[in-house]
Amino acid sequence: MAKPKQIMDAEGVNRALTRIAHEILEKNKGTAELCLVGIRTRGAFLALRLKECIKNIEKTEIPVGILDITLYRDDLTLASSQPIVHETTIPFDITDKNLVLIDDVLFTGRTIRAALDAITDFGRPGQIQLAVLIDRGHRELPIRADYVGKNIPTAEDESVKVMLSETDDQEDKVVVKKVKKDG
Amino acid sequence: MDKWTRHHLLDLQGLSKEELETILETAKSFKEVSAREVKKVPALRGKTIVSLFLEPSTRTRGSFELAAKRLSADTINMSGTGSSLSKGETIVDMAKNIEAMNVDLIIVRHADAGVPYMLANNLKAAVVNAGDGCRSHPTQALLDMFTIKEKKGRIDGLKIAIVGDILHSRVARSNIVGLTRLGAEVTVCGPSTLIPIGIEKMGVKVSYDLNETIKDKDVVMLLRLQKERQHENYLPSIREYAIQFGVNKNRLRHAKKDVMIMHPGPTNRGVELSAEVADGEYSVILDQVTNGVAVRMAVLYLTLGTKEAED
Repeated sequence: MAKPKQIMDAEGVNRALTRIAHEILEKNKGTAELCLVGIRTRGAFLALRLKECIKNIEKTEIPVGILDITLYRDDLTLASSQPIVHETTIPFDITDKNLVLIDDVLFTGRTIRAALDAITDFGRPGQIQLAVLIDRGHRELPIRADYVGKNIPTAEDESVKVMLSETDDQEDKVVVKKVKKDG
Repeated sequence: MDKWTRHHLLDLQGLSKEELETILETAKSFKEVSAREVKKVPALRGKTIVSLFLEPSTRTRGSFELAAKRLSADTINMSGTGSSLSKGETIVDMAKNIEAMNVDLIIVRHADAGVPYMLANNLKAAVVNAGDGCRSHPTQALLDMFTIKEKKGRIDGLKIAIVGDILHSRVARSNIVGLTRLGAEVTVCGPSTLIPIGIEKMGVKVSYDLNETIKDKDVVMLLRLQKERQHENYLPSIREYAIQFGVNKNRLRHAKKDVMIMHPGPTNRGVELSAEVADGEYSVILDQVTNGVAVRMAVLYLTLGTKEAED
């Protein structure tokens, strides 16, 4: 098995998030009607960080929700035991909002498909946009991101792992490594 | 949280502390689903669930059916009267016939202890016990535990009294098993005729004096006198029972300020509790019902995800 290759360090993550925050504000012309929804686990932490970035730029607080997509997955019938379900907390009305969905890695697009289904159950946003830290290609569904931290060409048998200080007990970084099968 | 590996939920006896906690944690996530505008998730789309209730029920049956529907499973109800059981078919045959229609899970309630086990041994479908005789009512105990944890923040170290007809209560038995496993100190209290001999072996204290018992309890769980199961005279009169073991405002003066009153329902107002207590600030009876749906969603979700019987 090959050694994991680091493709982004803590500073890189930070710069990418700051740039995405600016892009979000530019595209949405400010923070009115803007809200962020992070996909558990790492997307949720990225959403909270983006909220802070936006606060630093615009001096306003925007609402942040956390989404668990487990119950909307398309592979529930394939697993040998049920994946663990965590709480979804979207403590605000998303109707007519410009909602930015946030995840760490965009790969097949299946997670985002599930997230779109889940969000529709909460209301009807004016717009849903997608922000990801890493886009690694290999889409299986017609989904693309509006904001990308970094595009990384990968082979299908490689895995891309985003580590964040909030959950992984170490400095932020992004690594790519070869695995036998599946990411 | 541990991965769930069981195909059936028959009672709480065989479940570890971690497994109990997995169910309670999963239920927490499901509670949020019922609070949404769109109270439905697609997790069990295409699964078929049959509820086979061979004893009367409103809460449990409705709660299970809502739980199944909110997970997008298809459900049908069957009851004893008006079914082929009244034509002489055995329950195993009936269940096998139901299973032959490609049913994934059967929820069963029966007046005889052990029926869910018998079905689990004879079927490939998952079996969930919704109450068997005086023996076990796992989902009721789970929803009680969920409610205690939600309101009190913990179960470990709490002092909990279960009061009333312990002898005939499957709710009491399942709660004793679950609550003691999660570290609560449980006391059963009632007239001596309604306390089963040897119940101490389940790890509980026994009391015959409610005024004394209620003093230091964090939670008081009241039970209904199960007249349908009392085939002998256990009590001089209902009135005397109400005086000695009924909870009213006066008796609550002896209790802790933050005592929590629970009841699995159906309640007999004026017997085990007075109307002002049932509707009062200490009562969480309706929260129990709300939480019942979340807990049953968790149980259906977890058991239906495990393909083959390992237990």
